[in-house]
Amino acid sequence: MTEPVLALSGVRKAFGALKVTDGVDLALAPGELHALIGPNGAGKTTLVHQISGMLRPDAGSIRFRGADITSLTPETRARAGLARTFQITSTIASLSVLENVALSVQARASHPLALFRNAARDEALNRPAWAAIEAVGLTERAHMLARRLSHGEKRALEIAMALTLEPAAILLDEPLAGVGREEGERLIALLRSLKGRYAMLLVEHDMEAVFALADTVSVLVYGRVIASGDPATVRADPAVREAYLGEEG
Amino acid sequence: MSVAPTLAEATLPAAPPRRRPIIAIVLFLALATMPLAVSLGLPAHWLTLVTRAMIFAIAALSLDLILGVGGLVSFGHAAFIGIGAYVTGIMITEGRSEALLILPVILAACALFAAITGAVSLRTRGVAFIMITLAFGQMAYFLAQALSAYGGDDGLTLYERSTLAGFKPFANRTSFFYVVLATLVGCYALISTIVASRFGRALRAARENATRVTVTGYDVGRIRLIAYVISGMIAGLSGFFLANQTDFVSPAFISWQRSGELIFMVVLGGVGSLHGAIIGALAYLFAEDVLSGWTEHWRVIFGPLIVLFVLFTRGGLVGIIGKLTSKFGSKRDD
Repeated sequence: MTEPVLALSGVRKAFGALKVTDGVDLALAPGELHALIGPNGAGKTTLVHQISGMLRPDAGSIRFRGADITSLTPETRARAGLARTFQITSTIASLSVLENVALSVQARASHPLALFRNAARDEALNRPAWAAIEAVGLTERAHMLARRLSHGEKRALEIAMALTLEPAAILLDEPLAGVGREEGERLIALLRSLKGRYAMLLVEHDMEAVFALADTVSVLVYGRVIASGDPATVRADPAVREAYLGEEG
Repeated sequence: MSVAPTLAEATLPAAPPRRRPIIAIVLFLALATMPLAVSLGLPAHWLTLVTRAMIFAIAALSLDLILGVGGLVSFGHAAFIGIGAYVTGIMITEGRSEALLILPVILAACALFAAITGAVSLRTRGVAFIMITLAFGQMAYFLAQALSAYGGDDGLTLYERSTLAGFKPFANRTSFFYVVLATLVGCYALISTIVASRFGRALRAARENATRVTVTGYDVGRIRLIAYVISGMIAGLSGFFLANQTDFVSPAFISWQRSGELIFMVVLGGVGSLHGAIIGALAYLFAEDVLSGWTEHWRVIFGPLIVLFVLFTRGGLVGIIGKLTSKFGSKRDD
């Protein structure tokens, strides 16, 4: 077995008496699309926050590309190639699509905070940005302000920003939430086109999408992984059916 | 030559046209004609007033970098004017009146004060940030009051003005005017360049969505601290000019009311536009001059005017100018 890109072992987090993450072990292999599902309040987003560094686990370790990143800041993790998107879309509303993506390219450039050179006309930033914009199908929207994009387009923009970090792993926190049917299908196609090239941890409610895309599915209930395996096995697991899939009808 | 254009590049949508700082250029040209207007019969008092307004415009401009562009409402910005003014006053009193000696000391002192106070205050946001910057500002105020060797509470009267490379541009009203104007234009060009740079883009982005900027791999705290230091250094320059113009330095330069006035100048002109801060400073000092000419209770009129202005205009004076010009020009997609 190849060494996982991202490995969580024994990760715990409690808010007061509430154990939101209760000893989670999780491994993400290179190029694998690993879906994390679970009912509302299972602690999925909290787990993503801990992986991306926005929350610190109480116990356990998170290893990324062979190094322990448990105590690193979010920006250090991002620079190391761990990208993420948010459940509530998170873009820079007053910047254009191109500038949003170029901001992300810039973070990995040799002088990310150069004071005097004009950034908007910097081809060294714009060229990779265009490539990412094209990859997510936003070329026509490139000069539009991010706030004018549709919900699904904002999701695609977030993914483009993640791609330019040259990530070794991408954390996708409910990329399909609140997106209409047609745009949802476009996003699923986009994720499928990225599959195999990046290791992705996909937190998602849309079961159809999860079972269509995922190589591995893990089910999180009350902060614990109750099942993990290929989609067919997980779908058949009686504990999962009881805890989660049953509710979906 | 760069690499050959790819197929995709040929089909990329055209970039929107660059915005040119037309309003700022018109404004600077108009200001440059002031001495001519005075020689043609405008009261000489106006030249002094506009010089003073431009001195405050430098400080307001620097405040706009952190307040408007960076989204950090600093309520202690007058401290930097005070440091600039006190360094000038103390050095002139000690017989070192050469600007080329004074200015490096001001820049270093302001950078140091900004780095220390910024490192503490930038750990907070919102109201807490306002209160901490206010507290540091008041600290500087009381420190100035305690400088008994240099006037203490009464302030320090200066019996000569600075020289600049041996010349005496500050002895003459007109040359003083042009030195301040040139400094203002230089600061505007510098801050505009910074805002459009990679650093500026990250700073603007962090104002809107710090979380996004952080997970993209930036240290937002460091970006803000750099902006705070640059802003403080530029504000220090206005203190140098203020001390030379008024021939006097006092703790009142650092008072929290003065910091509040600077914020109002920025808001009056239009937050984040840079030229708005300049227009705001000019409008503020002009209004103060006119109203205080009518009645000694001018603040009773000025206060409600400020309230009405904030209530009924969005985007300040620059917003109003924008609305007027867009009636004539084509509408921009924004």
